[in-house]
Amino acid sequence: MNTLLAVPVLVPLLGAAASLLMRRAPRLQQGVAVAALTAVVVDTVLLLRVTADGSVITSQAGAWEAPLGVTVVADPLSSLMLAVSAVVLLVVQLFAIGQDIAGLSRAMPQVFHPIYLVLTAGVCLCFLAGDLFNLFVGFEIMLTASYALITQAPTRARVRASMIYTVVSLTSSILFLTGIALIYGLTGTVNLADIAVKLGGAPEELRMVLALLFLVVFGIKAALVPMHFWLPDSYPVAITRISAIFAALLTKVAVYAIIRSQTLLFGRDDISAVLLCVAIATMLVGIFGALVQDDINRLMSFALVSHIGFMIFGLGLNSVAGLAAVVVYLVHHIVVQANLFLVNGLIRQYAGHSSLRAMRGLNTVSPVMSFYFFIPAMSLAGLPPLSGFVAKAALFQAGVGVGGWLVYTALAAGVATSLLTVMAVFRIWVRGFWGTPMPDMVEARERLKRGSHLAGLRFMAAMTGVMVAIGLVVAGAAGPLSEIAFIAGHDLMNGTAYIEAVLGEGAAR
Amino acid sequence: MNAPGLVLIFAVAVLYSTGFYLLLQRSLMRVVFGIVILGHAANLSLMLTDHAITLPPLLTGKDGPISDPLPQAMALTAIVITFGVTTFLLALAYRVWLGDDNDEVPADLEDRRIGRLSEPEDSS
Repeated sequence: MNTLLAVPVLVPLLGAAASLLMRRAPRLQQGVAVAALTAVVVDTVLLLRVTADGSVITSQAGAWEAPLGVTVVADPLSSLMLAVSAVVLLVVQLFAIGQDIAGLSRAMPQVFHPIYLVLTAGVCLCFLAGDLFNLFVGFEIMLTASYALITQAPTRARVRASMIYTVVSLTSSILFLTGIALIYGLTGTVNLADIAVKLGGAPEELRMVLALLFLVVFGIKAALVPMHFWLPDSYPVAITRISAIFAALLTKVAVYAIIRSQTLLFGRDDISAVLLCVAIATMLVGIFGALVQDDINRLMSFALVSHIGFMIFGLGLNSVAGLAAVVVYLVHHIVVQANLFLVNGLIRQYAGHSSLRAMRGLNTVSPVMSFYFFIPAMSLAGLPPLSGFVAKAALFQAGVGVGGWLVYTALAAGVATSLLTVMAVFRIWVRGFWGTPMPDMVEARERLKRGSHLAGLRFMAAMTGVMVAIGLVVAGAAGPLSEIAFIAGHDLMNGTAYIEAVLGEGAAR
Repeated sequence: MNAPGLVLIFAVAVLYSTGFYLLLQRSLMRVVFGIVILGHAANLSLMLTDHAITLPPLLTGKDGPISDPLPQAMALTAIVITFGVTTFLLALAYRVWLGDDNDEVPADLEDRRIGRLSEPEDSS
């Protein structure tokens, strides 16, 4: 078994078990949790170095040969996603530890750390899974951990929201299982590469039905319009660290699954029109929803929905450039979205809530925080020279390269969404950051400065700053990033490298 | 298609429709029942992929058809997962009931509130 491929799943799981045993020693528990995630970061970066040139490494768990056993695969796309996710997971975890040190959170840290590590293992397994059933198991590990995390510090609202979240996710999981049954009935295998080979001979209509079923399954989890209603109701209610990691990673894992299933398994031409229509609806509905929100977290959740549309747009282009742009977009969006939710967490410390109506003058209360908000917000809106601009420019360029009326409509919707994102972000800026500060915010600042919270609060702010820096690094490293993205896009469009790495030479059609 | 297969197909169809019907109800208990029934439907459709489902998945030493063990293994995993999550859902439904004395899913309050913002001020 290849160690590099085993570490991202096994180490967090072992860490979760160990940290569960250490619940009476919080410092030790934090140490174990941070150590486990640091190991995952180091491992995934090494993995990215190995696969950056387009090579695909595989490992057969239990030494059962490929179509029969459990295959674990890392190609450029999955290792890039793994590396970015691991870094974001680590930073959010450090933010959470800062919050616990400051004593500003009502979540139970001794429960948080083990579940968080299980979530990490689930996310990593999803990216590495080489067969459909293992992908299902990865999703379930991730989702079960998320069900537990969303009810941290349970209030009535949180319990209600988590009920909606759990039921919707579970419905999509059951549809996923149905899809697995259909595919297994048709091809007699669950190995992704093997399915790709065998589905090639299946009737066109049947492939289309399966492609649509899997689009619905992962579309629910990725919150594509019209299956997005659950997201703005559940994510904003959770505590900051958790909504940050959910918004950054969980939907992106689903987008990754959409990309993997639609490119590798199914015929791509026939479904790209559907993808483009869904993308247009997702972009516009999401951003119009964001414009009318009053709660910052809800606004950001709607913006998240609308920006998932951009990724689906890139996939719908069905070209190497389009897929490469999606890869860049995924990386940019994971970092920026986590960053914005962390800043919202900081805002909550001063304002005590996240309603724009009762918020004014954050700029005066904490200039650093407004800087931390401004950079990712502008990046989300796609202003140069930030990472959002790089991603959007790549996407629009790929769109122009493909052409056609539907693509141009989607492009227009994309440009409109970007402009409306600027508007949504400026609403937060004008309402929340400008003006003379509310008296209770100034009071909160004085209280935070005097109290024992200061060290922890500084640490939280520092971690938010680190996230801003990572966002800037993504923009700065746009060259190498797009190189890897193009290799990944090429591999996704072609598919032979993946199939041959799993099944051996000459297995692809 | 042999006879048990046909019966199973009807059973799966009934289970899916019942499950989705229950899922659309307001009472959380019914929703939980819907999830349980949908889980059964998915597991049965996994079983349906095997034509020799009536035979045991055992190597008897003699030549002859056996049933495919893989769908059964997958169904078993799925049963464990749905069982665990159903327990969690029941606990959540109980928490909701403790908090509010009912287990109805309410209308989207935030949405209603924003809808009211668009109405003229004096109507309130």
